[in-house]
Amino acid sequence: MGAEKKKIKLPVFLTKPRYRSRVASFSIILAGWLILEIMMHTGNLSSLFTSLLVPVCCYIVAAIGLNLNVGISGELNLGQACFMSVGAFTAVCLSGSMAGSVSSPLLRLILAMVAGAVAAAFFGLIIGIPVLKLEGDYLAIVTLAFGQIIKSLITNMYLGFDAAGFHFSFVDNKVELQPGGKMLLNGPMGATGTERISTFSAGVVLILISLIVVFHLMYSRSGRAIMAARDNRIAAESVGIEIFRTKMLAFIVSSCLAGAAGALYGLNYSTLVPAKFDFNTSILLLVYVVLGGLGNMTGTIIATVVLVLLPELLRSMQDYRMLIYAIVLILIMLLTNNETIRTWTMRITRKLRRQTNG
Amino acid sequence: MDESRRPVLEVRELGIDFGGLTAVNDLNMEVYRGEIVGLIGPNGAGKTTVFNMLTRVYQPTRGSIIFDGKDTTGCSVVDMNRAGVARTFQNIRLFSGLSVADNVRTGFHGRIVYSPFEAIFRLPSYRTKERLITGQMKELLEIFGLSEERDNLASNLPYGAQRRLEIARALATQPKLLLLDEPAAGMNPQETQELMAMIRKVRDHFNTSILLIEHDMKLVMGICERITVLNYGMMLAQGTPEEIRSNPEVIKAYLGD
Repeated sequence: MGAEKKKIKLPVFLTKPRYRSRVASFSIILAGWLILEIMMHTGNLSSLFTSLLVPVCCYIVAAIGLNLNVGISGELNLGQACFMSVGAFTAVCLSGSMAGSVSSPLLRLILAMVAGAVAAAFFGLIIGIPVLKLEGDYLAIVTLAFGQIIKSLITNMYLGFDAAGFHFSFVDNKVELQPGGKMLLNGPMGATGTERISTFSAGVVLILISLIVVFHLMYSRSGRAIMAARDNRIAAESVGIEIFRTKMLAFIVSSCLAGAAGALYGLNYSTLVPAKFDFNTSILLLVYVVLGGLGNMTGTIIATVVLVLLPELLRSMQDYRMLIYAIVLILIMLLTNNETIRTWTMRITRKLRRQTNG
Repeated sequence: MDESRRPVLEVRELGIDFGGLTAVNDLNMEVYRGEIVGLIGPNGAGKTTVFNMLTRVYQPTRGSIIFDGKDTTGCSVVDMNRAGVARTFQNIRLFSGLSVADNVRTGFHGRIVYSPFEAIFRLPSYRTKERLITGQMKELLEIFGLSEERDNLASNLPYGAQRRLEIARALATQPKLLLLDEPAAGMNPQETQELMAMIRKVRDHFNTSILLIEHDMKLVMGICERITVLNYGMMLAQGTPEEIRSNPEVIKAYLGD
């Protein structure tokens, strides 16, 4: 660097903080996608990692949705996984029943994801209408219960499809299919024989779409209303914001994203059991959101990737695997809440910002 | 009837009970267009309760509130704001996680409306309306001397600036009646002087009536055209600052026998 300070004129999306966070998220996703695609094509990616690509995308999308609900809207949701479940089983059933009529797997995947998102949004709507009218932690309690209800429902559901349409029963062996018919849901066995049509590229596109939706929503009239209702309910009402409607919007978009993510997840495996989306999965998603930072989408993406991959990377440590995983979690929590480290990172970012602004 | 002599707010025999306790009873008052009215009284007289009834945070037990010629029975807080009542709070209530600019932008929520779909798909209507909001937001920040703080978090502002921001946010909803709950609380005499000038400017510039609760008698006597005095939830006196100042009942309520 010379003595004279160089002023670099940067485009607006790099200088304004609100644009910068968006650019960061998008570049991380695109760079990751590019690198992984190249590695896959040159054969440098182990089969273990290749198998993790789609699930990671699904968890990222569900976590972004959850962050909208928990971080931006400030309503605790302990059942994000069950919205994934609704999306996944809707998608699996739809895709299975469309196998004969729609030949293009990509079109089927898109239709299944849309159906999964709509189904999850519908459940979000019927849960939200009574619960979000209340003030307090009721959403957490109800979503927690909803997760259990959905799990038991699907565990006991038998659904078959043949030329005459869908056949449905809550009792085993009651579903009688014509020749050529197919069982879509087998009670506790879940969905079996699903055609695996999910792809990593579809996952990346879904992440990008969910980021665009969430960012566009955040930086708009509705997004400001959602955050205002979170920060101060009484003041928000006093400037004409309808609390129920804004909370509802965040909750439905959140469950919608979880539904689409679940659809992608379900169509990535030939067998899918309802127990996959239990309370633990919901809590894991919440951990991704909290560690990534409430309201911080880039952080959510990084936290999800790290925390999904970490147990796999630690596989060589065998018995100590979960111990180290737990220690890492605790360390991250301590670090992100430590005052000294916080001021230090804030100083660094401020310095960087001043430099880019000239 | 002369337009300016039509009351924007009429309160008739207003009362509220909390359980067995009568907090406010038989309150009658009106605020005319473009008027600055003071609501004073000793601590616990029920002044903030009156504000909470006027904004329908509390539903009154008795009496009626007629705003802009319409009875407001059954209205919600949001309805009252849409009808044209805006307020500030005794203990400042800003949106602490939002920037100064976004705090004012939320004020336009009910005035410049577009749907979430327009936002998600970034339709042309989104852009024109956001531009409109940003333009008016900048004007308001300019008036309240907050332009420099635009991108700061509201919670990082000094106390006096937070009070000004709350007024700016309330004015963004384009109210016909602005309720100020102890605007000068915690301000030094210099700041109070500036506040008085600002309240007058707000009235002239935004063409709004103002009803304010205040303990600082210099401010109340200095800018209010009429004053209502509350004591133990009952109206004690009503009149011009001169009348109130010389009213023996008021002096007794404040100073005791």
